[in-house]
Formats: sequence, structure tokens, C-alpha cells
Amino acid sequence: MAATTTETALRTRARPQIVARDARREPTGWTSWFTTVDHKRIGILYMATAFVFFMVGGAEALLMRLQLGAPENNFLDPATYNSLLTMHGTTMVFLFVVPMMSGFANYFVPLMIGARDMAFPRLNALSYWLFLAGGVVFYASLFYSPPEAGWTMYTPLSTEEYSPDGGPDAWIFLIHLTGISSILGAVNLYVTIANMRAPGMGWSRLPLFCWTVLTFAILLILALPSVAAAVTMLLTDRHFGTGFFDPTEGGSPLLWQHLFWFFGHPEVYIMILPGFGIISEVLPVFARKPIFGYKAIVVSTVSIAFLSLLVWAHHMFTTPISTVVLAFFFLSSVIIAVPTGVKVFNWIATLWRGTIVMKTPLYFAAGFIAFFTLGGISGVILAIFPLDWQLHDTYFVVAHFHYVLVAGSVNAILAGIYYWFPKITGRMLNDTLGKVSFWFTFVGFNATFLVQHSLGLDGMVRRIYEYSTSDWHALNLVSTIGSFILGLGVLLTVVNIVRSLRRGTVAGPDPWKGNTLEWFAESPPPPHNFDAIPYVRSVEPMKDIRRQVERDTRTRQRETELTYEEAEPVGT
Amino acid sequence: MPSRSRRRLLAVALTAVAVASLALAPQAMADYLTPESGGGSRNAEEIDALFKWVLYVAAVVFVGVEGALLYSLLRFRQRRGRKGAVAAQIRGNTSLEIGWTVGAAVVLIVITVVTFVKLPGIKNPERSGPGGATAAGALFASVDQPGPPGGKGLTVDVNGQQYVWRFTYPNRAYSYDTMIVPTGTTVILNLRAQDVIHSWWIPKLGGKMDAVPGYTNKTWFKVTREGAYPGQCAELCGRGHAEMLARVVAVSPARYRRWVADRKRDIDQANREAAQQRRTLSPIAE
Repeated sequence: MAATTTETALRTRARPQIVARDARREPTGWTSWFTTVDHKRIGILYMATAFVFFMVGGAEALLMRLQLGAPENNFLDPATYNSLLTMHGTTMVFLFVVPMMSGFANYFVPLMIGARDMAFPRLNALSYWLFLAGGVVFYASLFYSPPEAGWTMYTPLSTEEYSPDGGPDAWIFLIHLTGISSILGAVNLYVTIANMRAPGMGWSRLPLFCWTVLTFAILLILALPSVAAAVTMLLTDRHFGTGFFDPTEGGSPLLWQHLFWFFGHPEVYIMILPGFGIISEVLPVFARKPIFGYKAIVVSTVSIAFLSLLVWAHHMFTTPISTVVLAFFFLSSVIIAVPTGVKVFNWIATLWRGTIVMKTPLYFAAGFIAFFTLGGISGVILAIFPLDWQLHDTYFVVAHFHYVLVAGSVNAILAGIYYWFPKITGRMLNDTLGKVSFWFTFVGFNATFLVQHSLGLDGMVRRIYEYSTSDWHALNLVSTIGSFILGLGVLLTVVNIVRSLRRGTVAGPDPWKGNTLEWFAESPPPPHNFDAIPYVRSVEPMKDIRRQVERDTRTRQRETELTYEEAEPVGT
Repeated sequence: MPSRSRRRLLAVALTAVAVASLALAPQAMADYLTPESGGGSRNAEEIDALFKWVLYVAAVVFVGVEGALLYSLLRFRQRRGRKGAVAAQIRGNTSLEIGWTVGAAVVLIVITVVTFVKLPGIKNPERSGPGGATAAGALFASVDQPGPPGGKGLTVDVNGQQYVWRFTYPNRAYSYDTMIVPTGTTVILNLRAQDVIHSWWIPKLGGKMDAVPGYTNKTWFKVTREGAYPGQCAELCGRGHAEMLARVVAVSPARYRRWVADRKRDIDQANREAAQQRRTLSPIAE
């Protein structure tokens, strides 16, 4: 009886306590990065590798922008240009955004739910190494012949007859390797979130980032088999004489598009949903206010995921399909704007009447809301199929998806980096340099992509390596200059990261006064994350813990008559 | 104080920029904010009109959302003097949330209704003008593209190939790159591709349609004014994709009839001469 009372008291009071460390010693040295199964180290590997690919993909984009800066430019030949556009798209989707989100999820999901590691640590390591292998296999094609058929690899252009070199094969193996990696990672994340939450953390107390990661995982599991099947069929078409996509052998080029986009459209949400999660974590912390409409955000996340499986043919509005199909995919696509709009309204309502602390993560989060909204609106315009007949495959589409993926996912990723860097490294990123980086990316991004809407409306089609109309010169030049400003902005963040790794201000466990459990651990967290796992009583467990500590400190203060100052992190 | 006056200055400057751009936008930016139209075909005009409808709705939504966001960021930021101020601890408001969900849905319903009202004008071909050149073409639709009312129109077979467009007219005359069409006549295009996927697009003559190997896709246009209408292949089709240009030249029906007959005669003539040459040059001459 007495024992139970103490246990309950301990659980409800949830105070930080010192428990003797696990005796196991941390492995050190560079080889430990190859053998590690620690979710935090794997998370760092994921994020670092993905960021390197981000730099590579960005450089490819800048080369393309240089070529398009002037009409009838001879800087790049068409073959190089086509490989650059293929590698840029593939890199950003498969080697940057998705693995970056996996990296965040790997590092922070166990910490946020109060777990000591992922459910399957070894499988987790395998996921990372498969992802890296995919990237290496793909980039190895630089040494023979990189693929030229675009990241969508449409048949028949990607079949052996029209792409006889090995490029598409490198792409196929990339899809297989990163695909298996993602499925294993998704299963791991799903099992971790479903089973390893701290005591008291019911589904309605799960941090929103974990909700979005859960949805991300389910979407990956549902969507990836379709593209895996498609690329396998492409492989056998290319080398073993099958004719799945060949109309002269009873196949169909449209089959490829259906299978690819059945994966490809959920993939868009796979890339943005964890970003939604990051924004939903950052906003309440910096507005000093609970998230507005937690349940509505969860429900909209899940409904976006469900609807995203029903909209794939809106990428195919100009192919030979009947009006009934067009109308269905038009309606299913515009319906997505409802849950997405709900999210945007909830985020703004979270800021409303807050006490907004203007730090770098909040800047990127606000940039996300501002320009993701524009991407959402141009998305509704593109979903209207008669309008899509004009806009499809033009720079309007390029502008649209960069507003979603750069203003959306990349802003969310940068917000996440500035928000969580202190937790990962124990040091703060420089706030001023961060804001300078934000303004450069902000100006550069809009200069690059806003004008592309106009280019598309004016008739400039995408994926052309040159144009002869001088009408398009001015806006293309603006876009090219903008892209370099954007690149500079990202580079400033890289400089910030490199500088702060050694010289950043020491952060302490909870520099932002966070809401979620990762801020309960030390910065950086020890291998086992937590000495004691607290009982979770709300969706903001850290707020409860801070309140408890404050109350206890005050009591003790009165007892010892010591003056107490609110603990602020050093140097902020 | 200085920060407040700076903010006021910024607000004035921003308002001035906004007013100036609103005043100048219609003339200077008209071409940059809406799809190509004007002097082309009715479907392009209708797409343009629908686009403007949606654009106005979108502009209202955009300004509303961005305004609310900016206002919150400026109004509710932590101020130096009131560091201890505690934010309102609001967790939600069910009626407000239901309200904006319904609001978003209503906006989309409006857009959907406008789209379906406008759709027939874009998708269905127009009736040929009284003086239009017509030829009986087989109008069977593999996709549900209806023929022009009254059955009068001109059918041109469009064949996409790396990296050129080939046009075959009803009398079996053909041309590359430039399609000659009569004004005032509804032209139905049968789009096919013989190697990889191409996409037919002349911005002023309506939306694009893909030419997919193994399929026949359909689209139409009716040019009212004589002139040249440029466009280009819109689907990545290989290294020459950027050079796969197309041009529709609209001429009077009489000139079209003359041209297409001359063209046919020239082609027949050239074919006969080529056959002759082949016979003379053949190594196993009889």
C-alpha cells in the first residue's frame, strides 16, 4: 500500500531526478559512426548526408539557372542540361527532403515520446546505409552517363530504345534502394510511435510532429510499393524484353504515369507533412501559447494523407483520358485545400494574441506559412483541369511546386535546424546570422520563383535548355539572380552551422522553453536519452515540468531565503 | 519611439508600393498575370476568362491570409518593456474552427461551379463559320471529345516525332512545323506520337494535349484572325525538346484551299519523280 502511494506521488509529481548512469561506455572515434545503432547518431548521419545532397542538388539548379539567364545561351549543351534537371529533381526529392525528414524523425521522435531508442535500432542503421547506397549508385552514373529523362522518367523516353545508356538503370536502383530504406524506416517509426510512448502519453497527447511522422510513415508504406513495381517493370522492359509500357506489345505508356503518380503524389505530402509537424512545434514555443486546435490539426493531417492517395491523375490532365476522370481528380484535388486551409488558419490563430519571441526558427516558420499559402493557392488553380490545359508543363507549374517544396519543406527544414540544433549539438546557432540567412533566402526565393508564374503564363514550357524569345529574357534574368541570392542565403546557414559547432553559445537543456520532452534531456542527449522518464499529463509535458520545478524551487527558496532569478540560457 | 516612427515609415512605403503596383498592374502586368489570349481561339479566351475568375477569388484569399499573418507577427510580438507579459492561453475555438472549415469549402464550391459552367465553352468545339473551309473528315473520338456541331470542320492529323511536328490534311497533303489553317473554321486535331510522348501546345489557341504513342488524343481550335500563332512541344521528349517548335498560320479559306491543293500536287509530283529516279538508279534494272 505504502509502495503504491510513493509510486503515484512520483509519477504525478514528475520532477527531474538524478539516477546513476548506465555503465556502458559511449563508443568514440570515427569508426563508431559505421557501427552505431543509436537513433541520434543515425539521425545525424541522415541529416548530414541529406544536407550534402541538398548542396549538390542546389549546385545543379544554379547551373541550370545560369544557362537560362540569357536567350540562346551556349553554356550547357542539351544533354548536360537534361541530366542536370533529372539529377536535380531526383536528388531533391529522394536524397534530400525525404531523408532529411527521416533524419529529424529519427533523432526527435524517440526523444519527444520519451523513449530510449527506436523500436528496431539495427533496422534503423540498415535504413540509413541503404539510403546512402542509393545515393552513391545514382551519382556513380556521373562516371558513365547520367539519366536524361527527367525525375519522372516517363516512358517511352526512358525505355531502352530512347535512353540506351545506363542512366535510367542507375535511377531505377536509386528508387529501389531508397525505397526499401524508406519502407524499413517507416515501419520502424510506426512501431516506435505506436508502442514506445512515455507513460501517460495517450494519442491525444502525442506531439504534433510525431503525428505527422506517423502519417508520413503510413503514406510511405502505402505509396512506395507502387513505384517499386513500376521501376521493376521498367527494368524488365529495358533489359528482358517485356513490354509493359510499349503500345506495340500491348503495353501502355500511360500505365507508367498511373503507377508513378500513385506514388508520386502521396510523395509530395510525404515531403511536406513532417514540415507541417515542425511548424506546429515551433509556433507555440515562440508564441508562448498552446497550439490552436490540436485536434483539428491532427484530423487535417490524417485527412490530407487519405485524400493524397486519391488525386494522382491530376498530373495527367493532358493525357488521353475521359472527362469523368478529369472531373473526379479535379474535385478530389481541390478538396485537399480544405484541410490544408484549416492548418494555415490554425497556425495563424496560434500566433494571434501570443507573445511572439522573434527568433530565427520563428522567422522561417512564418516564411513557411506566408509562401506555402501561395503554393497552395496556385495548387488549386492547377487542379482546375481546363486551366491546367494551359498551365501544365510550363514554368507556372515549376513555380508552384517550388513554392510548396522550397517555401514549404525547405523553410520547415531550416526552421527545424535552427530550433533543434541546440539540442543536437549543445550549442546555439547565431541568431543574427540566422536572420540574415532568412532574409537572403526570402528575397532570393521570391525573386527566383514568383516571376516564373509569369513566364509560365506567357508560354514558357519547362525542361527546355534554351529559348529564343527575347520576351522571356528579363524575367529569366531576375530568376537567375534570385537563385544565387537564395543559394547565398542557404550558404550563410551552412557557415552558421560550421561556426557554431565549435564556437556557438552553450545552450543548456532547454534554451527555448520548449513544450515537448526532447527539452527534458541534456543537450546533446546521452546515449540512453533520459535518466528518468516522466509521466506525461498533457500535450505540453515540459511546461508541466517547468511549472513543477518552479514551484519546488520557490518552496525551497522560501526555506533557504535565497534570491532566485529566472533561469535564462547563457548568452541569449 | 524611433522604432515606432520607422515602422510607420515602412507602413507608408509599403502602402505606396501597393497602390502604385495596383494602378500600374492592369496595363503593364496584364500579360504576366493571366494566360495567353487575344486574337486566338475561343477555348483560349474562355480559359483566360475562367483563370481571371479564379485569380480574383485567390487574390482575396491570399490577401486575407497574408494580412492576418503579418498583423499577428507585428501586433503580438514580444516587446522590450513587457517581457513578462503572458500570452493568452487559448487552445481552440470550436465554432470558429467549424466556421473557417465551412468557409474554405464554400470558396471551393464556388470555384467548382464556375469551372463546370465554363467547361463546355472550352472543351466543345465551336460551329464553323458560314464561309469556313470544310472537308468531310472521319470524326470518331477515342477520347470523349465531341465533334463540331453540324459536323462541319476540318480534321488535321498531328504526328509528334523527335523533334518535329508533322501535319496531315484531309487530302493527304502534309507539312512539317507549320500548320496552315483556314480562318473561321473549326479545326479538330487528332494527336498522335510515333516515338516518345510529345505535347501539342499553341498558347493562343487553347490548352495543351499530349500526343502519346498508341493513343489518339483530340483537341480543337477555331482561329478568327489571320496570322501566325507560335508554340512548342511541352513534354520533355529528348535532347531536341527545346527546338521542337510549332506554328499555326491562319489564312483565308480561299487561300487555304489553294495552298492545300498546290501542296498535294507538289508532293505527288515529287513522289512520282522520286519513284522514277529509284527505277533508273536501281542496280537490278529490267
